[in-house]
Amino acid sequence: MKSLLLKDMDRLLAALAENRTLYVPTDGAGGAEYRLYQPGTPLSEALNTNRSAKDFFFPQTENMMRFQMRGKEIRIEEPTRPDEDFVVFGVRACDARSFELLDKVFLSEPVDSYYQNRRAHGVIVTRCCGRPEETCFCTAFGIDPTAPGGDVSTWQDDQRLYLAANTPAGQALLNGVAHLLTDAPETAADDAKAKTRAALANLPIQNLPLDGFGEENLLAIFNDPRWAELSRACLGCGTCTFVCPTCQCYDIKDFDTGHGIQRFRCWDSCMYSEFTRCAHGNPRVSQVERFRQRFMHKLVYFPANNQGDFSCVGCGRCLQKCPVSLNIVKVIKALGGEKA
Amino acid sequence: MQEAMIRRAKELLADGTVNRVLGWQRGEFVYDVTPAVFASPDELDASFVYNDFCGANLSKYLVAESRKEGKVLAFLKPCDTYSLNQLTAEHRVVRENIYAIGLPCEGKADVEALKAAGAAGITGIADGGDTFTVHTLYGDQTVAKADALAERCANCKSKQCVTYDELLGENGAVQNSHRFDMVEQLENMTADERYAFWQGELSRCIRCNACRNACPACTCEKCVFDNPQSGIANTAPADSFEEKLFHIIRAFHVAGRCTDCGECSRVCPQHIPLHLLNRKFIKDINELYGPYQAGADVAARGPLTDFTFEDCEPSVVHERGVN
Repeated sequence: MKSLLLKDMDRLLAALAENRTLYVPTDGAGGAEYRLYQPGTPLSEALNTNRSAKDFFFPQTENMMRFQMRGKEIRIEEPTRPDEDFVVFGVRACDARSFELLDKVFLSEPVDSYYQNRRAHGVIVTRCCGRPEETCFCTAFGIDPTAPGGDVSTWQDDQRLYLAANTPAGQALLNGVAHLLTDAPETAADDAKAKTRAALANLPIQNLPLDGFGEENLLAIFNDPRWAELSRACLGCGTCTFVCPTCQCYDIKDFDTGHGIQRFRCWDSCMYSEFTRCAHGNPRVSQVERFRQRFMHKLVYFPANNQGDFSCVGCGRCLQKCPVSLNIVKVIKALGGEKA
Repeated sequence: MQEAMIRRAKELLADGTVNRVLGWQRGEFVYDVTPAVFASPDELDASFVYNDFCGANLSKYLVAESRKEGKVLAFLKPCDTYSLNQLTAEHRVVRENIYAIGLPCEGKADVEALKAAGAAGITGIADGGDTFTVHTLYGDQTVAKADALAERCANCKSKQCVTYDELLGENGAVQNSHRFDMVEQLENMTADERYAFWQGELSRCIRCNACRNACPACTCEKCVFDNPQSGIANTAPADSFEEKLFHIIRAFHVAGRCTDCGECSRVCPQHIPLHLLNRKFIKDINELYGPYQAGADVAARGPLTDFTFEDCEPSVVHERGVN
């Protein structure tokens, strides 16, 4: 384990930014957000950014190719592949776990080369949560915020930042800034971890009943009459899906540039009336069915296809951001069976 | 207030005046409240809640609810009643299927304001009159209610319920608000400064459509932005101009009909001050056509859909100059 005095934090960030593009969470007008690091950019102490860190690997919009019309000739132009190495600093354990879940989707055959390319060029530095909030429930999904994943994990106390590499890419990153770091015993961050653990013990919604979401209950849950009640207030906006670190649905669209076509993909939302629209229309005709789809996907379909892993990391963004306070916790409590 | 509301709702259910109640349902936390329909006294007892965090404007739910069988009781705050009037004027609700109870309102709190004041890990919020005592995982904190008010409430335009079948408590009055101050600041900027301001704010848009879907003036059966035949339907901005286009088109579409209820800004996950676009239109309409408040009078003809010989000429924009 390595350590750094907190007063040298900006020196560390500046050193990381020397050879690669560095993104850090910082406080903006609308809340915490990841921004390109500039010398002196203050780190946000907010627990989580408004938008999740999935944007780095799966951006909201992404150009795939362009068709240029020259008379009767159509030329296909592929966009340049982003090959810039980058570092994301300050990712929380929940978002770090979301990358593993997204990997299962985008890196299984057929591999999504756009996502794969970004993953290959990104190094993730995680940060242990100091003050978990009432909306946090990552522990319900087996995530330990005191052992955040990523390529490098970090913890901090009042004086120091502690860093430990988890992967060769993380080790290489730390080697590059070794002149700023001092050696620390493996137990150096134990107090910081203990402090966070003590806070975790008091979180109100971490004990969630998840046993009922097994594949064997798929039809029973699908046909449960309570979906109508659970979804009644839903406005059909896409807030929950767009702030969610594990929502991964997208649409591919053609944009008429006037002299050709720009083919791009963009996040889609199962909350929208046009989601998965095909020749006969949207198979989910009402908001009840769209709402159900979102939670069936996260709590039943995804685990059934992925060795029981739920597609939720308990970051709490949907609890904080839904305009009418609907969220996955209410669905789990209603349909998850007896409390574990 | 909550007890009085439940008591009255039960009476109106019992005597058959209404067959269901539109209100707010208790959630995981004090501030975590959801609009809900209650059909029985038991349901009211189980989860009906009314507190400082019941900010959601319930009027839009009446578009669907008022078309169902029987009469629905709706609890409406003063600003919600302006929306109901406007929806009635636009024939978007069936007013006779609604039994509206107007509520007095001293402003609603915004939990984000409490969090901005440093309250992390909120486990409870106690009402202390002029203050909130916020219980958190990391100790208690006292925040003045005035500091926790939603922007629209800090700049409240009216505490008067403008349509109701009965009132719970005293009716309030139209307020002398400072709601146009920020608009004036924007008007006094140069075009470049103003462009930079909106560029900064709107660049955060994630096109979740929460503003549109919460807006009581946005009640089109099929929004042009959801219609794949329109050529401008999109689930994400194709370029940095597109999100501005979306918000500007929306502001134009609700101009003259927007009551300034502030739901657009309340629901924005990115805290974009969308209400400023609408207030600019309201301020312009006031200046060009005389003071007009959408929703204040259900029989009023909106200045943009009416014609009088006193109407300003289109050239007024040219004469006023646009910086």
